[in-house]
This record gives sequence, C-alpha cells and structure tokens, in this order.
Amino acid sequence: MRAPPSTVRASKLVTNAVAVKSETASIAATKSGHELLLFEALREGLEEEMERDPRVCVLGEDVGHYGGSYKVTKGLAEKFGDLRVLDTPIAENSFTGMAVGAAMTGLRPIVEGMNMGFLLLAYNQISNNCGMLHYTSGGQFTIPVVIRGPGGVGRQLGAEHSQRLESYFQSVPGLQMVACSTPYNAKGLMKAAIRSENPVILCEHVLLYNLKERIPDEEYVCCLERAELVRPGKDVTILTYSRMRHHVLQAAKSLINKGYDPEIIDIISLKPFDLHTIGNSIKKTHKVLIVEECMRTGGIGASLRASIMDNFWDYLDAPIMCLSSQDVPTPYAGTLEEATVVQPPQIVKAIKQLCG
Amino acid sequence: MGWRLPLRTALWTLRGKQPKATADMVRELSHRREVYSAVPCHLHIFPILKRLQSSEPERACSQNMDEEMNDFMGRKVSYSSQMCFIPEESTNSVPCYRLLSTHGDLLDPSSINELDKELCIEMYRKMVTLQVMDTIFYDAQRQGRISFYVTTIGEEAINIGSAAALNATDVVFSQYREPGVLMWRGFTLQQFANQCYGNEYDLGKGRQMPVHYGSNELNYLTVSSPIATQVPQAVGAAYGLKMDKKDACAVTYFGDGGTSEGDFHAGMNFAAVLGAPVLFICRNNGWAISTPTSEQFRSDGVAIKGQAYGVRSIRVDGNDALAVYFAVKNARKMAVEEFRPILIEALTYRVGHHSTSDDSSKYRSVDEIEYWRTRRDPVARLRMFLQSNRWWDDENEDLLRQDLRTQMMSVLHNAESKKKPGLSNLFEDVYDVIPQNLKEQEQETQAIVGKYPKDYPSDVPLD
Repeated sequence: MRAPPSTVRASKLVTNAVAVKSETASIAATKSGHELLLFEALREGLEEEMERDPRVCVLGEDVGHYGGSYKVTKGLAEKFGDLRVLDTPIAENSFTGMAVGAAMTGLRPIVEGMNMGFLLLAYNQISNNCGMLHYTSGGQFTIPVVIRGPGGVGRQLGAEHSQRLESYFQSVPGLQMVACSTPYNAKGLMKAAIRSENPVILCEHVLLYNLKERIPDEEYVCCLERAELVRPGKDVTILTYSRMRHHVLQAAKSLINKGYDPEIIDIISLKPFDLHTIGNSIKKTHKVLIVEECMRTGGIGASLRASIMDNFWDYLDAPIMCLSSQDVPTPYAGTLEEATVVQPPQIVKAIKQLCG
Repeated sequence: MGWRLPLRTALWTLRGKQPKATADMVRELSHRREVYSAVPCHLHIFPILKRLQSSEPERACSQNMDEEMNDFMGRKVSYSSQMCFIPEESTNSVPCYRLLSTHGDLLDPSSINELDKELCIEMYRKMVTLQVMDTIFYDAQRQGRISFYVTTIGEEAINIGSAAALNATDVVFSQYREPGVLMWRGFTLQQFANQCYGNEYDLGKGRQMPVHYGSNELNYLTVSSPIATQVPQAVGAAYGLKMDKKDACAVTYFGDGGTSEGDFHAGMNFAAVLGAPVLFICRNNGWAISTPTSEQFRSDGVAIKGQAYGVRSIRVDGNDALAVYFAVKNARKMAVEEFRPILIEALTYRVGHHSTSDDSSKYRSVDEIEYWRTRRDPVARLRMFLQSNRWWDDENEDLLRQDLRTQMMSVLHNAESKKKPGLSNLFEDVYDVIPQNLKEQEQETQAIVGKYPKDYPSDVPLD
C-alpha cells in the first residue's frame, strides 16, 4: 500500500479518487467518455487488466460461458479461454484455496463469490492463509488475489443472501478491503485491486450493478487507500460507503433545501480507513454521522467510530452518530426488509438532531 | 444384493477353519497395514460359487438386461432390472506396491540393474540425516532449548523417497511432517535450526512456530498448520503450471486425518475436473493425534477414494524407500505428460508422538510403538538392502552418524547464540508496504517496550 496523498504511477494514467464535483458526477468535466452500467464498468476494468497482464485470471462458479451470475464476466471466457476464466465446482473453500496457491506461485487470480455470503465457506482459506502467508513466510511468498462478489441487502433475496461480510473480514490481518459504489470507482478499484500485491477484498453491492454513469475513455486507476470526497460542505461530515452513499445523496437534497451544508465522504477503503481525508473533514465540521448498511454490533461503523475517537476526539463537538442496520437477519418480506436498511428520512432526521 | 452375498457365505463355509470372514479380515489387515499384493484368495472357489447361488436365473450386476444404453450428461449409462447395491467395501483391499521385503531383500532380484547405486546411497544418507536431526531437535525441545517440535520418525522413506523422484521445479505444498523433502532439496541443518529458534537468520523472520519451514528458492511453500488447506492450494499452483505449460507439477502431502477435511474432497474433485498436474501424497501413518484410521474413515484406506473423483491412484509401502521413489517418479511422469492428478497412498506408521505436546502412550500401546520402531524401521530396511549389496558398511554408518551428531550440536549452538529478529519485524510484511495505522502501533509498542524493558524479553532488539 502507498502512503495516502500519492498518485498512482505510469505515464498515461489519469488518477482520480477524490471527486470534487456535484453529487451525481464523479469525474473531471469531460464531454467525451462513455456511459455504462456498474457491472459493465467492473467488466471493463477486468478485461483491461486481463489484456495487460497474462497472469490475471478469474475463478468462480458460472463465471465462464454463463458470464457470471451478475454478468460481470460475460464474454471473457470466449475472449481469454476456459482456463483463464475458470468455472469451478461448488466448493468455495477449494477455489479460494486454489487462488491462494496459484497466487503464491505466480498468477494473479480474481475469485468471484456468487454472493459474498458464500465466501463464509472460504473463511478458513481467507483468514488462515490468504491474510497470513505473506507474513509467516517472512515475505517470501506474496498473495496478490482479489476476492470479490455482491453483498448487501437486495430485494427480497432472503437472509442468507443479504449479508454484509465486510464486518466479518475487517479484523483479518493482512487483508485490504474496499467497497465500490459508482461505475467510476468500480472500474478504478477493480484495476487497482488487481495490480496490488496484497490480497484485496472488493465489496460490491447487489443493487448497484445497474447504476449508470459516464466514465472516461482514457485509462485510469483509483487509489485503494483513498476515500472519495463526494460533496464538500462545512456543517457536518457524513461518512458512508457502498449503497448507502446513494441514500445519503438522496437525503442531502432534502437537507440542502432545508439550509444544511453536509460534507459527504464515501470512505471507499474499509481496511485501512483513510483517516487523512476523514480527519481533515472532521477538523472542519466537528460533527460526524456514519451511515452504513452493516449491523450495529461489530460493523464497519463501530470500528470507524473507535478510530475517529482515538484520533480526532479533540475536534468533536458532539458524539459520533451512527446509523446502521439492526442486529437481525434480513427478513424476506419486502416491508420488513426495507425497515432493516437505513432510509433517507432517517438520515435527514439524524442530521437535524446532530446539527440542531 | 446380487451375487456378493453368496460369495461371502461361500468363504465363511469353505474357510470354516479361518477365524475371520473376509470383511473382518480386510478391516483388520488395513488397520495393521500389512496388505501386500496378492492373488484374490477366493478365486479358486468360483465353481462352487455357482452352486450356492439362488435358484433364480443367473444374473450378475454387470450384465445388461436391457440393451438400451443412454447418454446421460456425457456418460454412457446402462440399465438393469436387477437391483444391485455397490457394496460398501470390495472383497479385496487395494494391493500395496513394494520392492523390498521387510528385511531389505529385493523381491525381484533382477531389478537391481535398474537401480542407481549412488542415488540409493544418497537417499539413505539423507534418511539417516533426517532421523538424527529429528532425534536431536526432539531432545532439544525436552531440554527447553526450543519451544516445540514435530518428528518424522518412521516416515523417512516417504519424505526422501518422494523428494528424490521430484524435480527441483516441482512446487511442494506440505502439511508439517515432510521436512525431508526440503532437506533433499538442499535446506541445510543450520537453516532448519534457525527456523526452530526463530532467530534473525530464519527465512520466516521468527513469525512461525518451529517446523513451519518455507523456502521460495527451493519451491517449498511455507507450512501452514490448519489441516489440508494446502490441498486446494496445490491444485491452484498446478492450474498455473498447466496454463504456462511448464514441465513441472505441484505436489501436496497430507496425513490420513487430512483426508477427512472438506478441502481434500474439493481439491481432489477439482484437480480431476481441471486435469491439473498435481500429486496428492497421503502419508497414511495410522494415527491423527489420538484418532486411529479405523475411526477416521470406513473406506479401504485412501487409495480407493481416487476413483470416486476420477483420479488415478496407487497404494505403496511407505516404509520402502525404493517403492516410494519409483511410484512417485511414475506418477509425476503421468501428471506432467497427461495433465492429470495422481493420488498416492503411502502406508506407514507414526513412530513418534504427534508432536512434543503429545504423549502417545496415553492412547496406544507402547508395544505397538516399539514394534514399528525397531522391527519396521524404514531406515534400517534400506540399510539392510545396501549392506547386503555391499554398497554400505558399518564403518560408513558409524562415521555418518558421528559426523551428523557433531554437526547438529554445532548447528544448535550457532542458532541459539544468534539474536532474534528486531521488533520492527512484528509489523513488516503484513502488507507489502507498512500502512499508517501499523506504523503508529509500532511506535506505541516501541515506546512501551523501551520504557519497561524489564517486563519484556531482553534478546529482542528494539529496532
């Protein structure tokens, strides 16, 4: 990993992780560029990296000719062959282990979990080996794997398919974790994760795959450790990630109308936190609201709160507020499910409470 | 039940004087691991078998009653109106390949011409080295000089025999009872000691327990304790080798206990589906800490499991170094040339305790341990073979052992006297470049250790 404010290397790359624009666009003004959906952006990033480096390969269930359950790998098997885009039997622990072994002996595999929840079966390999072997081997073996897949609460997918695994992985030493939220950062983070020498978990959200945005034609890579400043402001810092970014933006419209000026940061990097960007914001606004989809107990918000208190206690004018899901499995019934996810009106109410 | 029920009945009646029926015989033999290649003993009674069959028209399970053969997802399935369950065990145990008798005589004397004298002597020397290293390190642990150790006593033939048959570019994913493979490839006694002491010369930088060796240079992946996690990793490495079309294979070792893990099943299955050039070498040593194989699985050992996954397999006498050597050599050739996985089950016995944290006399008889240690020692067996061919003698033996003991003493002393890795090693290599939060934690730790040095080990440098 690199220290925070550096930019990504290579001559032709346009680096941009900090978006200083309106709520919707996240790239520097350009009339060129092309529009695509988030899952297509992921695919584009993946395809570019596979073309660039012959060692990059994909493993997962139905990633080959089926194209992946969310079509992220569609067309890649035809282009790169059945060995580079490998269909695996249903054994998450096995193919994650395979990826670890392949990575230690020279490949750069990307493991796709059909749903992040299934990667719980691979937890042994991820925690015991993926995160550890670089350290325990004295640095002799690196594990440049990317583990990705859709997580989060969808539309009535049932409890087992509506999990937030980012909180389960965040303690594992040796792993890096990022969450994408727009087509722009999805493509950039995918590319950065593949190029990283560390094992990276790329958390995607099941309801964001069809998000549309215009992204640059030229090549760019995002920074894995940098948060994204979505909207500058001075009243309060709202920290969020993944799908909740969009709920926050929706709430922001209402807040701005009411005269508030929130600074919205998409934290992007879940492990480690970009305390530089977050800290600068807190020093300006002195109030923090965290909006997440994780559970209240042991979620990303819980550890982010602790980090902020450790580092920026003196700058806070009020206790850190955190809006998260309840500690319940996600129910199937649509109305109940909606009640477990933080909604924009809740965010508006929280800001009013925080700012007065 | 088909014709198998009458067969067993036939055996029981005909061999009335035999104390056990075939099924029990197989179970006991596989528990005692004394199964040799044998002509199935019941063949001569086939004519009698027919008379004992039921009065129904003669039908065997394999005969088609229905000529229609259907193509079912790529396989030809033939139908039969004879209900027939595949029995849970076959009448014959998988035969066990060996070249030397228990007393070191070549079972086929003419095969001496295929043996390389220098190679056999070198294998023997390395097996003795492994045995001496284990003995001295074990004693060192008992004296409190190192914290923990795992011996390979009794399994030297599997370690060295298989290592000698591999190429230096074959990638090895071991469990933790295969240091002989690393030794064969050139890891020095000093390097073994440095890892056990976790000193600044340890390649692992003092981060792992003793016996968790690893060497990038020698293509031996760092040992990770959880059982069988290395099995799918080896398949992954083989997948990489296949993609790159390299003349090398991946090799993974595990014990009988490891075959119960989900990773074993998934790794085997996937290797077969993928056509990965990987060798699965199972050291069936009879015990998984205190669990005997009779409580580990009900199948006829491990070799039989190969076919269930579509993997070619062989059972070999793990205490016969020459048999292990040739089996692995041939398996490797098939794996690399035909892009297929091979399963090798090497039958042996874990003479030592599971580790220095175990006292195996608590769950198995001391007589059993002594029997295998003295009467079935693989090192002694190869020695008898070498000496009977005048390729080795007592003088060589004494010189070798004496020299090794002297080396080991000096190696231990050296390793002990070296410094431990500095405190900064606690925080490096977690990631490729140390991140800010770890830097802060490092500074905090250094400050505390610096302030209260008496509460922390004195031999760990602060830098």
